[in-house]
Amino acid sequence: MTSLSVRGLTKRFAGLVAVNDVSFDVAQGSITALIGPNGAGKTTCFSMIAGALTPSAGNVAFEGRPIAGLPPEELCRLGMARTFQIMRPLAGMTVAENVIVGGLARTTSVSVARRKALDILDRIGLGARADQPAASLTLPDRKMLELAKALATEPKLLLLDEVMAALRPADTDRIVVVLRQLNRDGMTILLIEHVMRVVMALAEKVIVLNYGQKIAEGAPSQVVADPQVIESYLGRRAKTA
Amino acid sequence: MMIGNLERRQLIAAALFTTVAAVLPAALGDFYLTVLSLVFLSAFVGIAWNLMMGFAGQLSLGHALYFGVGAYAVAILSERYGISPWLAMIPAAILPALLGLAIGALGFRFTVRGVYFALLTIAFAEFARIVFEHWSFVGKTGGLFLKALTPANQPLLSLRGGATFFYYALLLTMLAAWAVSALLIRSHVGYAWRAIREDEDASRALGVKVLRMKLLAVAISAAFTGIAGAWFALMNGSLFPDSVLGMQMSINLIIAPIVGGLGTLFGPIIGALIIVPINEVSRNLAQSFSINGLNLLVYGLLLMVVIKVAPQGCWPWIARHLRLSSAGWTRGPKA
Amino acid sequence: MTQLYISVVVNGLMIGAIYALVAVGLNIIFGVMRVVNFAHGEMVVIGMYIGYALWKYAGLPPAAAVPVAMVTMFAAGYIFQRLLGNDFVDKPQHVQFVLYIGLALAITGLNAMIFGPDPRGIEAAASFAVYTIGPVRIDASRLHAALAALMLIAALWAWLRFSLTGKAMHAAAENIVGGRAIGLRIPHLFALTSGIGMACAGTAGALIAPLYDTTPYLAGEFTLTAFIIVIIGGLASLPGALLGGLLIGVSEAIAALFIDPSAKSLLSYGLLILVLLLRPNGLMAAGRGPR
Repeated sequence: MTSLSVRGLTKRFAGLVAVNDVSFDVAQGSITALIGPNGAGKTTCFSMIAGALTPSAGNVAFEGRPIAGLPPEELCRLGMARTFQIMRPLAGMTVAENVIVGGLARTTSVSVARRKALDILDRIGLGARADQPAASLTLPDRKMLELAKALATEPKLLLLDEVMAALRPADTDRIVVVLRQLNRDGMTILLIEHVMRVVMALAEKVIVLNYGQKIAEGAPSQVVADPQVIESYLGRRAKTA
Repeated sequence: MMIGNLERRQLIAAALFTTVAAVLPAALGDFYLTVLSLVFLSAFVGIAWNLMMGFAGQLSLGHALYFGVGAYAVAILSERYGISPWLAMIPAAILPALLGLAIGALGFRFTVRGVYFALLTIAFAEFARIVFEHWSFVGKTGGLFLKALTPANQPLLSLRGGATFFYYALLLTMLAAWAVSALLIRSHVGYAWRAIREDEDASRALGVKVLRMKLLAVAISAAFTGIAGAWFALMNGSLFPDSVLGMQMSINLIIAPIVGGLGTLFGPIIGALIIVPINEVSRNLAQSFSINGLNLLVYGLLLMVVIKVAPQGCWPWIARHLRLSSAGWTRGPKA
Repeated sequence: MTQLYISVVVNGLMIGAIYALVAVGLNIIFGVMRVVNFAHGEMVVIGMYIGYALWKYAGLPPAAAVPVAMVTMFAAGYIFQRLLGNDFVDKPQHVQFVLYIGLALAITGLNAMIFGPDPRGIEAAASFAVYTIGPVRIDASRLHAALAALMLIAALWAWLRFSLTGKAMHAAAENIVGGRAIGLRIPHLFALTSGIGMACAGTAGALIAPLYDTTPYLAGEFTLTAFIIVIIGGLASLPGALLGGLLIGVSEAIAALFIDPSAKSLLSYGLLILVLLLRPNGLMAAGRGPR
């Protein structure tokens, strides 16, 4: 079963084609990574899938249902959750309250959402900080909070935008463990990542973008050896080095 | 609902306040009771405006529109058509709510945000004021007058009476609004509002139905304000477009909650307790000394001082010292 | 009858030019500091009272009030910004609102205390002269005031465009952080902005003083009208403020003629609503929307 199906996705900004005719599938229950050098169009792709940007052309289907152009709150209801690269905690609220907001996507009862929130926070290791202001968290904890918020909406597909950025290896490993567990429990994950360690460790399939176009797709070991991919990251000379 | 330590302290404070308020009429004369009635009215409106601004984050500077429509609705229905003021309260709440929904929908649909939205609200209020000034149905600039009270008047039927009647009526209204506000904030609606106020786009990604929640805030706020306008008409016995729909009223409606503390549950009440008496006292001073404009000068200077010293509002400052709110300047509804 | 319409429109244009001067002041304040100056109308009224007071107590002709108002209001604006205003520039909108409303109320109260609430008018001989151009009769004093306003607007526009400080102000308006990064003295720049903005308002007031009676309570209308013009004309656009001013001047004149003098703002508010909904950048904006 395909969780996410992207066909011919294109985004044009005045004078610039940020994403050009990108197509791929994400199988249900899989972990797929979207990689590419800076400026390749990964976040733009993501934003279009997640409903924050309208595509200039192309279709996106979630579990068979076309979703291009639907607003984010609708996609959330359908079972797609995303985290943001530039983290957006709800600063004036506590950690638990942040997650409760996500939980309220599935219930109108605050107490039910609260129980769920505390449960999620415990599972990912933020339980002790539940009543602290979200703004007071350290960077790694903020990333976990982003994840927790998304999880509270009970998604079937999780879109993670560079969740490992700027983390120390110990913290990266922590998140990898959590993600693996989630995936084992049935969650489909699509992540944008720069940290290759994580991509190799987690992803079953890797899609590579460069200058807005897909240049490779396949298992991690395959893709990493692909000359075009190497060139896109390291430049033409690297091929002959 | 869990009642934490903090909330217990707040409830005790509220209970104390209510008890004291309930017995004050035995000790105070009509003048003070009227001032306190105005305090309660101001607090009531402040709570309403606070819902929209303090929690949902939408700045409205044209709230007089709802106030005025509510006032005129009650005045016209009860005076001209003999409808009971109790029943008239319903349109006095619903008409402004519909107007609020319309303005809100227009604003949100055309993505009018921040100060531009505030100016949009001013434009609608002023537009309405000018229309009312030229509309014979509402009495044009001459305004509307409620019939004088006779000895046979039944306050509970006509919703008009002496100072004591209005004191209790407005106290109850304010408490009811406060309770509704507290319940809303602790509900999923309150969470949605706070999330929207913090970060609209992040909220969307979490499934918050942003448009619906914003419109709800506007509608509730407008409805409460309409009821406040209705009470104002009943208390004053007269209303004019300039007085109930004008910019001055819009300003008056929101000074108290801002000075008291936005996004808090007690802020509007504390603000009203500070602002209204000062306004009344300085106006009296000005009148008795025949110094026209003194009250404005005093009031204006005071506003500047207060906002400079306590830009977050007086309540957060007080509450920290009485430990009635959590430490730190969170903008959340820790009362 | 056409004679009447033409006269009305022409008079509307002239008052519109003076409105434009007021709006230009607000435009600069709003554009550079993003501050909603609800006391702007009060500045105009102070200018009017300066004109009145100089005429009444010093026997000076109304024209003398113009430089006095300009300098006084500039100083006042600069000092206010330095002492108080700068602290509020990055505070939330509603907090700024209270500050400026407080200022507005205090000024209105002071004016009422000093001059009383009754209308005060200047009766100078020049007030009654009239030019007749073809079928149209134009008030001389109104024309002089309008021309003065236009000259001042043009001078200000040129200064902003071509002087170093003017460009610095443009820069600050576009990008505060960038401005700080390149070493612009922001507090000073803001104070200058406030000074210029208030000077515009005050000068316009001095220009209006011979034309209308002054009361302390005129201020609110001026503030709102100025905001309408700024929004309709578009931020960061002096020509827009001029266009907006003329437009509003004429629409007020037309509304006064066809409906009622007290309904003169009806069209203006209608226009404002339309612009806010459909073209929030204003009719002539440089393409920037709400920050």
